[in-house]
Amino acid sequence: MRYLPHSAADREHMLATIGAASIDELFSTVPKSVLGTFSPDLPDHQPEFAVEAHMRALAGKNHAAGDGPFFVGAGAYRHHVPATVDHLIQRSEWLTAYTPYQPEISQGTLQMLFEFQTQVANLTGMDVANASMYDGSTATAEAVLMARRITKRNKVFLSGGLHPQYRDTVVTYLSGEEGLECLSPSPEGQGDIVDHIDDQTAAIVIQTPDFYGHLRNVSALAEAAHAKGALLIVVVTEIVSLGLLEAPGALGADIVVAEGQSIGNPLTFGGPYVGLLACRDKFVRQMPGRLCGETVDADGQRGFVLTLSTREQHIRREKATSNICTNSGLCALAFTIHLSLLGEKGLTRLAKLNHARAVALADALEGAGLEVLNNSFFNEMTVRLPSPATPIVEALAQKGILAGLPVSRLEPGKPEVENLLVLAATELTTDADIAAFVDSLKGELA
Amino acid sequence: MTTRYTTDHEYIRAEGKIGTVGISSYAQEQLGDIVFVELPAVGATFKKGDEAAVVESVKAASEIYAPVSGTVTEVNDALSDEPGLINTDPAAGGWIFKIEIADEAELEGLMDDAAYADHTA
Amino acid sequence: MSMNSQGRPTAPAAESRTVSSGPAALLPAEPLLFEIGDRDHSGVDLPDVEVDDSRLGGLRRKAPLDLPGLTEPEALRHYVRLSRRNYSIDSGMYPLGSCTMKHNPRLNEKMARLPGFADVHPLQPVSTVQGALGIMEQLSHWLMELTNTAAVALSPKAGAHGELCGMMAIKAAHEAKGQGHRKIVLVPESAHGTNPATAAFLGYSVKSIDANENGTVDVEAVVAALSDDVAAIMLTNPNTCGLFESQIIEIAKAVHDAGAYFYCDGANFNAIMGVVRPGDLGIDAMHINLHKTFSTPHGGGGPGSGPVVLSEALAPYAPVPFIRKNGENIGLVEHAEDGSFGRLTAFHGQMGMYVRALTYMLSHGADGLAQAARDAVLNANYIKARLDDLFSAPFDGQPVMHEVLFDDSFLKGTDVSTLDFAKAMIDEGFHPMTMYFPLVVHGAMLIEPTESESLQTLDVFIETMRDLAHDAKAGNVGRFTQAPMRAPLRRLDETRAARQPKLKWSQEDQRAKAAE
Repeated sequence: MRYLPHSAADREHMLATIGAASIDELFSTVPKSVLGTFSPDLPDHQPEFAVEAHMRALAGKNHAAGDGPFFVGAGAYRHHVPATVDHLIQRSEWLTAYTPYQPEISQGTLQMLFEFQTQVANLTGMDVANASMYDGSTATAEAVLMARRITKRNKVFLSGGLHPQYRDTVVTYLSGEEGLECLSPSPEGQGDIVDHIDDQTAAIVIQTPDFYGHLRNVSALAEAAHAKGALLIVVVTEIVSLGLLEAPGALGADIVVAEGQSIGNPLTFGGPYVGLLACRDKFVRQMPGRLCGETVDADGQRGFVLTLSTREQHIRREKATSNICTNSGLCALAFTIHLSLLGEKGLTRLAKLNHARAVALADALEGAGLEVLNNSFFNEMTVRLPSPATPIVEALAQKGILAGLPVSRLEPGKPEVENLLVLAATELTTDADIAAFVDSLKGELA
Repeated sequence: MTTRYTTDHEYIRAEGKIGTVGISSYAQEQLGDIVFVELPAVGATFKKGDEAAVVESVKAASEIYAPVSGTVTEVNDALSDEPGLINTDPAAGGWIFKIEIADEAELEGLMDDAAYADHTA
Repeated sequence: MSMNSQGRPTAPAAESRTVSSGPAALLPAEPLLFEIGDRDHSGVDLPDVEVDDSRLGGLRRKAPLDLPGLTEPEALRHYVRLSRRNYSIDSGMYPLGSCTMKHNPRLNEKMARLPGFADVHPLQPVSTVQGALGIMEQLSHWLMELTNTAAVALSPKAGAHGELCGMMAIKAAHEAKGQGHRKIVLVPESAHGTNPATAAFLGYSVKSIDANENGTVDVEAVVAALSDDVAAIMLTNPNTCGLFESQIIEIAKAVHDAGAYFYCDGANFNAIMGVVRPGDLGIDAMHINLHKTFSTPHGGGGPGSGPVVLSEALAPYAPVPFIRKNGENIGLVEHAEDGSFGRLTAFHGQMGMYVRALTYMLSHGADGLAQAARDAVLNANYIKARLDDLFSAPFDGQPVMHEVLFDDSFLKGTDVSTLDFAKAMIDEGFHPMTMYFPLVVHGAMLIEPTESESLQTLDVFIETMRDLAHDAKAGNVGRFTQAPMRAPLRRLDETRAARQPKLKWSQEDQRAKAAE
């Protein structure tokens, strides 16, 4: 087997040194009744080319986003990732390193994390960011728990514009606990969350751009929350939007969580992605996850270490702020490299380009007589079709056009959203894609 | 003025109804460099043995338990900027909080200097 | 005062050298991104399109972004230079106990990058992603066959997330049976910190179980702790001392007889994959770290992937999403039906990791996986056999599984600590073993070689460890307390980092420094 270095002679030599007659003898502490008493329904080892053929056949059964016009967003976005990013993250020293527990020989990862934390803090307009979470949805759930710890209050309201699967994740994380309330879906961008805030409220959670594409007035929500001593958690699923829109931190957010996939990371059917979590300085000790900080070595040279670890499970055990251990190191690296390549100039241009493509899409849809629900949007919008969206999307998929997300896939059994379609455009969306999509859509609706 | 110790290495120095609470020199040595102290709120009431504060070093977090029942009257804010006071001066400058003692009889159950010295020997 | 601690902080040694550390020719100091990039540089070429504000709701950014950019050659050099300050499996042995730092085959990386996997959206119509669902189906089949279990929840994103999944299924099962009053979870002292953290997260109180003098848990100790209030036991097998829990079948039976469930921490599955099926031992739920056992790369701390296998009893409570076969078509169930405890994450979990892990499984086959486990165990026992005379094994007299545990009693009277010993290993070109974990022995050193190390590498490692042990005992303290001396940096001041946390770069700090 090509990955196992020992020859038969090596194994004999080692067993002789150990003083065992066979490797089986080394399993003598395993109850005999369960040792080697089965034959799994699995194939034996195969050469590399055979494995590759098997995997290619499976990959070939998928319709890749790049195979035709593509308008699916809803929390995961198809952007161009520069070739340099993927080249760098495959370097052995990044790919095959462990968590940087030995800082003297992990300065690469640690300095990168320090850069990542700074980039995320600056992008979101917050004081401090951690070294990444699993993804945006779990980061949202952790932010809710964090807000409850900080305020020592219980009630949390989730906006009707929050991604339904983020909502469901928060609900699961808090199952069995009291105080969580999810407001009804708000595809028109309407919101009555302010009316719910009282002096028992720990936090309100809003998303902007929201699931339906609307841009939310963060300042007003922050003011309303703070007036009652509650925290404002802002969720961003399309991080590129911050190249064009005001940072939530500048508008009064207390905790910002985001999905960082759009920068540096491919779609990959939903994961691995990279959760961003940033907050005000005063909340840092209630943060979940790893933090990297600056210090000096014995010779006074600048260096970086994991710090404030007493919050974490390996020290605090049952009193930790979270059970999280592994994070999204390599996806955070991809994010940081891509964002370094973009810089302020590149990200601003990328964001403007995304918005311009979305405006072109909205104009084309409206030009075809369709109803776009959004007054404001970044690169994503909701359209109300004259009939249920699911069969239309399915029919367009058969023609090679991936036409967006029918809202009812995530909100089943709600007739009021059955005709709604959420559509995204990015820098990769061409005029020809838009024309082909709108033509085919008109054909289906005719 | 009497100083008493718990088996968990908190000390309480009672002056009338008010007791000053901190950790022993032995305890600070075990913990190493203190980097952060989570102080209780003034006005908080504790029963004897309740978790009242947290003292952290780089690789350890230790709960500080109320040595007696009572109400917190004052906390040592200086520790926020200079947690190392617990290392350099645990008995005086490194005190953590003051508590109004609800039942002075509870002091009797604690160790005196000699008993504590035995305990840590 | 009660103390939760792990390990020892490092602090600079009193004596400081005047020369800067590290061979500068190949390892020049590398400034931060913020010190080399600026707002005018960019490594991407994009048109500067004009957009009006009419559809931005008055929310257009006014403040500058403060994100420096680099051109492509600058970015490449920066991140290549940084990378060279990292140790990695590809550059040397990484014997971190409980972490399973094995070889990461590059075929896995190549397969994960096929556009049919990498360029697929999680919310495309299900009819357009049958290949992706096929990956999930085949991976599930492998995991269930290797564990003899009834179901698998693929979506957990790491081991701790998997623990949450398994314990949520247990909680849901108790509630469905009117046993919601069970509020205690039994956890041995040697457990990973994530175990008690997970149990506490779900509102359980944690009751500790002592191990016996051989480092394993006795069924009697479990029976004594069981009651009508116990919801589950969380037990790692093989355990964190590198030992197989030999009474595990009896423990599982006792747990079930008491109406509780058995959560097995599968972090150490690498020792037994293809050799022992955890389902045969009586477990109800177990997470499998694809980033340990099935070689998906650790990437400097993630991403991971932690699918959870479930027994018949817990299968009805599995989270969404899961796949369901209808003839040739594979369907995707995305909404909680009766029983399911809900959703742990948006989308469907770590697809990129599923592809890598399945590729690894197909390459090895059932025979290769079993051989890998057997070689991992052989390697750990070989290290133990050759170090036993100089090091102190707290639980001697039995074979170990895939890792070997020593305590620091062999260093008694030397003024060398486990931490010092570990730092001296760095100077010899090895990544240190896991230290100060598990907590059940003093100054723990937990060595896991994995199956990926050749006999030659193991011999060099062993000779190095022996040399260090001799030197420590001979009183050559400086080699340890001054170490590392040949790394890019020497020991870092962790106390300073924690007392005055500096968690991001800022221009003001930079200016203040320049003014000093």
